[in-house]
Amino acid sequence: MRWTKYLIWLTAAAAVYGIVYLLAHVGIVSRFFLLTMVQICIYIIMALGLNLITGFTGQLSIGHAGFMSIGAYATGIFVVTFGKPVSAALTELWGDRGVTDVAYYIFILTSLAVGALAAALFGLLLGLPTLRLRGDYLAIATIGFGEIVRIVLLNTKALGGASGLPVKQSVDWATAYWLMLLSVVLVYNFVNSSHGRACISIRENEIAAETMGINTTKYKVMAFALGACFAGLAGGIYANHMYLVHPNSFGFLKSFEILVMVVLGGLGSVTGCILGAAVMTIMNNVLAPFPELRMIIISVLLVVMMIFRPNGLMGATELRLPFRRASATGAEEGSGHDL
Amino acid sequence: MNSRKKRTLCTLMLLLCGALILAGCGTTTPPAQPSGNTPAAGGGEPAAGEPINVGFNLELTGSSAEFGLSGQNGMKLAFDKVNAEGGVLDGRLFNYISADNKSEAGEATSATTRLVGENVVAILGPMTTAAVLGSIQLVTDNSVVLITPSGTNARLTINEDGTLNPWIFRACFIDPFQGEVAANFALDALGAQTAAIAYDIVGDYSVGLAESFKTTFEAAGKTVVSEERFSAGDTDFRPIIENIKATNPDVIFVPAYYNDDGRFVAQARDAGLTVPILGGDGWGSGDMVGIAGAENMNNTYYVDFVSIDDPSLAEFVSEYEAAYGRAPDGFSVLGYDSALMLIEAVKKAGGIEDPEALRAALENLGEFTGVSGTMSIDPETHNPAKSAVILEFVDGVKVFKQKVDPK
Amino acid sequence: MANLSVEFVLQQLLNGISIGSIYALIALGYTMVYGIIQLINFAHGDVMMIGAYVGWYCTAVLHMPFLPALLTAMLACSLLGVVIERVAYKPLRRSTRLAALITAIGVSFFLEYGMMFLVSPQTRTFPPVFPQTIYHVGPLNIKYGDIVIITVTLALMALLTLVVKYTRIGKAMRAVSFDKDAAALMGIDVNNVISATFAIGSALAAAAGVLIGVYYNTIGPLMGIMPGLKAFVAAVLGGIGIIPGAMLGGLALGLTEVLVSAAGFSTWRDAGAFLILIVVLIVKPTGLLGANTREKV
Repeated sequence: MRWTKYLIWLTAAAAVYGIVYLLAHVGIVSRFFLLTMVQICIYIIMALGLNLITGFTGQLSIGHAGFMSIGAYATGIFVVTFGKPVSAALTELWGDRGVTDVAYYIFILTSLAVGALAAALFGLLLGLPTLRLRGDYLAIATIGFGEIVRIVLLNTKALGGASGLPVKQSVDWATAYWLMLLSVVLVYNFVNSSHGRACISIRENEIAAETMGINTTKYKVMAFALGACFAGLAGGIYANHMYLVHPNSFGFLKSFEILVMVVLGGLGSVTGCILGAAVMTIMNNVLAPFPELRMIIISVLLVVMMIFRPNGLMGATELRLPFRRASATGAEEGSGHDL
Repeated sequence: MNSRKKRTLCTLMLLLCGALILAGCGTTTPPAQPSGNTPAAGGGEPAAGEPINVGFNLELTGSSAEFGLSGQNGMKLAFDKVNAEGGVLDGRLFNYISADNKSEAGEATSATTRLVGENVVAILGPMTTAAVLGSIQLVTDNSVVLITPSGTNARLTINEDGTLNPWIFRACFIDPFQGEVAANFALDALGAQTAAIAYDIVGDYSVGLAESFKTTFEAAGKTVVSEERFSAGDTDFRPIIENIKATNPDVIFVPAYYNDDGRFVAQARDAGLTVPILGGDGWGSGDMVGIAGAENMNNTYYVDFVSIDDPSLAEFVSEYEAAYGRAPDGFSVLGYDSALMLIEAVKKAGGIEDPEALRAALENLGEFTGVSGTMSIDPETHNPAKSAVILEFVDGVKVFKQKVDPK
Repeated sequence: MANLSVEFVLQQLLNGISIGSIYALIALGYTMVYGIIQLINFAHGDVMMIGAYVGWYCTAVLHMPFLPALLTAMLACSLLGVVIERVAYKPLRRSTRLAALITAIGVSFFLEYGMMFLVSPQTRTFPPVFPQTIYHVGPLNIKYGDIVIITVTLALMALLTLVVKYTRIGKAMRAVSFDKDAAALMGIDVNNVISATFAIGSALAAAAGVLIGVYYNTIGPLMGIMPGLKAFVAAVLGGIGIIPGAMLGGLALGLTEVLVSAAGFSTWRDAGAFLILIVVLIVKPTGLLGANTREKV
């Protein structure tokens, strides 16, 4: 039963890929559409990571863009430093053949992994001491962390400082799309595992969870590191797609934006944060012709949304295939939790 | 909520999402901004040809919005004027499409992608260096010329390995030139032995000017006694001013924008620092005297292109004031000039169908007179060579001090 | 680093106190609101910005003197604060903290971009509203503006302390912040008390906005973001919800910033402020003046 469900989702995902690929190949969809798609993928991965921390484990974090910038810079530096020699060595080894491209592609994927790992490391480092803090205190500490990262990057000449770090574009929309799907599957499986349930129990009631023998510190740090890891991956895709990594692209406004996506979609819902990220990114691009009014409209929508549907579009529920409703688990009970 | 209701809601949300995605695709086809000049708006005359699409990639919101909006005003003025006179190439009119980059490098890439999708022949902007850096690869791949009004970093047109970015042009000075002019002025006219520098690390422009000032100043055997840094938008400079004061410099160089520097000058004078203070053309872009106070601005000098009070500019100033109800600033002048550069190049290329011809026309524009003075585009570097002037503030009024010709 | 003369140190201390006073004024509003409804009012810095614009309008367009302009701005912003509370925050009082936080962020964006739309992002300058005199006390340069900032801040803080300690509404505020439900049972109109808190906090922010505007002479629609964030840091540093804590936190933050800048690391200043915040939070999560509370199960 589980497998048929996976199969349906996989077919749907492959179908979307196929349609977009075909349209892009024929030239019906524009570059801007593909860029929007990459942006949506990046933000979905970001939102998934933050959802692990804030939505499932209940730890309020407003410094997520800080992890993204660490991932983006780590990937960027890796590619800038090793890109040319690796490419030269590969060409020497195999010449101008397909195998060279494949090997270089693997190198780029490695660079993404480097970004993700670097961010996860920082997530661990930040998580260990600050997870003693609760709620708003944690939130403000994470804002502080994000700002510190930005200021350090701005002040570091070796990383480009205020002019940013130019990186060649080597990740296309398809890679971003498949990595996004991979992230969704990973997160979905994590939250439905015993680890995930431990995290949810911390969100629902930390003291009760501890009483039940759950090592709350371990799971909180785990969620933090994992969340940071996804942010780092998103940052890596950003670096490899957007030509330039600049410290001010990852300010605390970006962190807010991600938080808004997660809350809008529904805390503690994987499909919710996909929806939230997509809706926010698309809204941003649809409203682009009205630059002065765009942010006013978004902010009013946000306030109205919070007043009338404070748990986000999806709450803590998942979007399910209608005919598979019988297999729904008890995860839907979790709405209305308090942070 | 029962599960039935929930399901309906989910379906609704899914539909909404789908609709939004469709709307998202939709935006790529119609013009992004209802621009002022469709062919029909050009005084009722029937246009002889297709309009020429030009994209503006500008800082319309966010921290540099003030500069982006000024630049946009200048560009619109230039195109509206040409359109009112009947356009170029036997009646072809310019149609401008504006895209906001939110003063952020990533958004600038996104805006460029959008404009490229609208089939523009050229992009004017962005105003800031980082935002231009994010667009270079895209315009190169798509053969679209990009003219930045005020991206001063030398790296924009010439890569670090010395190669030229063929599709990037600019209407402003590059950083090294201004820094040199300021340093030479400090050395020769002011006889400075020691200097202090305070610059904005967030602004690439400021860092570039500070570096070239330092190099030139130290090459003359003099010393830079103090180097202080701040971040654009800081309001309080007193701690770093005290640091500068303690080193007793003969002159202070503060190459940032008028609002930060206005505060800096006022606070420096309050702290009892009476030495000359120098700046770059960022000072000319706003009401610096209003911020710092006329008296505090005495004994300050800055490098500018032709002074905005120059009589030859009177026509531009009056047209600008008539259109927007306020005086133009340095960014509107540069915006206007970048538009003029494009218009000239289109005329010279004799058409827009071949992007390479347009690029070559820009590259070989030669001698060209804009509102920021007479300049010539160097085909080797794509930098305009134009003379700089040094202006002094005397009781709140800019007074011409000296003119420096390009090398 | 510059040579350490007594004069240099004293002058830097004075600068720190003057910056710190402004942070303290903004931090007071944060701390009062947090004390009562446990909401990080992210729009607080933007209320300060509106205050600065009202002050600018009064002095530059209506040619009012300083004090009436200050009072007008405070009045206007206290009204704005109440409206924001009633429209945006009140409906969310029973929902999650995060929903309220997101709403606050929404209100903050609305104020910033609404103002950008209304008054354009152009930087505005104040007319000289008070004399630009500089007093030379011994080796120190004290600007007239510094005296105004410190006097106004001290006066407002004293007034606030009196209000909170001795008036009916002040007692009601303390009661509500201690236990909202019990206060309601005692016949206190909780809604009115919350509105009053927003009114007072916003008025203090407006005062800070006008002072910043007049002293530094430049205002813009995004001017509230950084001071707002830092004032929040100050509030947490001193112990959020504690009024003397906000004053202490503001001064501590101002002095830290000046110390970091004076040591030649001016661009690391904000990083220093946040680092200290994180360290303080880890060592003593309730802030400098906060009492440690054990969570009851």
